[in-house]
Amino acid sequence: MSSPSGEKSGDKIDIHSESFLHSLMRKQLKLSIACAATFMVALLGLPLLNYFFPEFMAKRIFGFTLSWFILGIAFFPYVWIISYYFIRNSIALEDEEVKSAKGDEKQ
Amino acid sequence: MIPLPFLAAVDSWIVTFSAITVIVTIWMGFRSAKTSKTASDFFVAGRSVSVGWNASAISGEYLSAASFMGIAGMVMSSGYDALWYPVCYACGYLFLLLFIAGPLRRFGAYTIPDFAEGRFDSPIFRKIAVVFVLFIGFFYTMPQMKGAGVTLSYIFQDVDLRGTFLEFLAPHNIAGEALQGFPYWAGVVLVGAIIILNVALGGMKGITLVQAFQYWIKMFAISVPIFVLMAVYGHYGRQVGSNNVAQMPPGALYQNMGAPTNTVAPFITEAERKTLSAKAPSDSVWISPFGPLTTKATTKAKLSAEDARPYSLLYTYSLIIAIVCGTAGLPHILVRFYTNPDGVAAKRTTMWVMILIGIFYVFPPIMGALGRNLLPELYNGIGAKGTDKVVLELPRILNEKYGVLGSILSGITCAGAFAAFMSTFSGLLVSMTGAVAHDVYGRILKPSSTPEQRMKMFKFAAIGVGSIAVLLGTLVEKLEINFMVGQAFAIAAASYFPLLFMSVWWRGLTMKGAAIGMLSGGLLALAGITLTSISDIALKTSAANGTTNSLQGLEDFWIAHPLARILCEQPAIWAVPLAIILMIVVSKATAKDVPSDIRMKMLVLHAPEKLGLKQEYIQEHGPAGH
Repeated sequence: MSSPSGEKSGDKIDIHSESFLHSLMRKQLKLSIACAATFMVALLGLPLLNYFFPEFMAKRIFGFTLSWFILGIAFFPYVWIISYYFIRNSIALEDEEVKSAKGDEKQ
Repeated sequence: MIPLPFLAAVDSWIVTFSAITVIVTIWMGFRSAKTSKTASDFFVAGRSVSVGWNASAISGEYLSAASFMGIAGMVMSSGYDALWYPVCYACGYLFLLLFIAGPLRRFGAYTIPDFAEGRFDSPIFRKIAVVFVLFIGFFYTMPQMKGAGVTLSYIFQDVDLRGTFLEFLAPHNIAGEALQGFPYWAGVVLVGAIIILNVALGGMKGITLVQAFQYWIKMFAISVPIFVLMAVYGHYGRQVGSNNVAQMPPGALYQNMGAPTNTVAPFITEAERKTLSAKAPSDSVWISPFGPLTTKATTKAKLSAEDARPYSLLYTYSLIIAIVCGTAGLPHILVRFYTNPDGVAAKRTTMWVMILIGIFYVFPPIMGALGRNLLPELYNGIGAKGTDKVVLELPRILNEKYGVLGSILSGITCAGAFAAFMSTFSGLLVSMTGAVAHDVYGRILKPSSTPEQRMKMFKFAAIGVGSIAVLLGTLVEKLEINFMVGQAFAIAAASYFPLLFMSVWWRGLTMKGAAIGMLSGGLLALAGITLTSISDIALKTSAANGTTNSLQGLEDFWIAHPLARILCEQPAIWAVPLAIILMIVVSKATAKDVPSDIRMKMLVLHAPEKLGLKQEYIQEHGPAGH
């Protein structure tokens, strides 16, 4: 069974429609990919920095090498910031979807 | 009963702390098991739990023996390269959050086999998918078992069983003479038997409170000894800083790159250090990227340091992909996303999990760096006596200065180790036994079985699956704990990750496409990893015993083909794309098999829970899983 029956109100978005699903998935994927890209740049970029600039990455900072400091310590807060951003925005995104799907009746 | 010298030779602090952890864990498991009898009780009970407790429970389940003991051991043995593990364990959780956790939660599938069946309306696919619960599970239980063997042989290292009726238990050398100490295999069997019994009798059902409690034990047990050690011997930066690259030996890594500019900053005084043993990697190799872990294959092939670097880069990337993607495919992790009242609470919980595991993962590498400076004799040890026990043994050096303080702290880390491998082994055993009893027996072998028969089967399956896990555990003494967990992640990355990722985000995926992609990627990765692991065990055993390597032919092949060796040892870099490409190609060829209600399924996966589509879907189709 694919095409569902009877939406009750005219000015609401039909949540069973193709366009709703399409825009929903696109918005979610866009947010996820943006967040993933931000951390992939750092995660996949670090080996490249180690590879092409070994001397720079071996500079000492608080006793660590720069590369050690980034990977062993600084990376964790970076991941927290990304997850905080993602969680805040995905909750907002869901609220917005619910609002547009149910109409503004509850506002 | 037990001979007196047996008890006199062990450190009473360490035994006391370890025994308390074991007893409390078992007691809490049984107490909670009484109040929650079925799987659905477990989920419902979880839903009444606050965000803080739930986040602790998820973190407690995630931190296994690899996190608690293995990372420190590997940082000590391999240096910088091992840092990728803790970082990627944490990043993998983020990846799971970004792409998979939300949709799966909305879909209401508690396990990956449930999801596989619901997404493709295919009970057959469920049976295929369940196979990997066992593959990944066994690879994941092996390092937990090694953790148990290492911990017990550390606790009883001064015991002398020679001349007692327990002499048969004592470790034997190659000539068959009994030695002092407690054998690795006996520790594995003992701990394995306790946990199997516990699971078979119904304790340890992955209760939220027990798991949350386990997180705080582990956090306390790793951080307190480290703070004390750093206060006495110098902080983290000083410990790493004393590995001074300026004193590079000739022939070191960056020999051809001009004079090194990286000297220790003037305000850092060097930490106290013992002389490194000959088997330890040199300072420059240890502290630099592309060290012993990633150059193992190329060193054997006798490539020059310069030629080896591209191979090391490839190794590093493959490792990153394996762990980041593999986290999403671990059978026992996803379940916990459902133990929240609603989606918003689930997301808040996840934020706290990221913080709790992130803080934890800063600590084990500190232990590794401290161990390199203060306990270098571990570099000479093999198997259970090697660097994997640094977390347990290192605090004991404080006894030299402060009496029993070292023993107390060592007892605390042993307690943490018990918490780590007991919780993970029980959790895995429950999911694997569930897969065997519920799917293999209940659905394939005897679909007409009664609930009583299935309950009985659960007990038999727990003993059967647990015994295999113990047996496998006794074979892997020579492999590093953390390395083995990384291998389990690689198999998950090549099988479950593509399945989940593609099922959630591409509606054109068909059952045949998903099955062929998952099986090809997963089985090929499994084959490569098994081959390299067996070859490593054979090599290390022959080296330790001074005999000839029974798999010398394979070893010669690896030496001649370092690239093949790296791609077999770390298969994620080709296996993950292979699985995804096969899924796309086969699905395109079988496009007519796309489930007819795919739009509704996609809506359930992606539309906010508040719209109530899930209830609508269940009314029309029956529950997605179970």
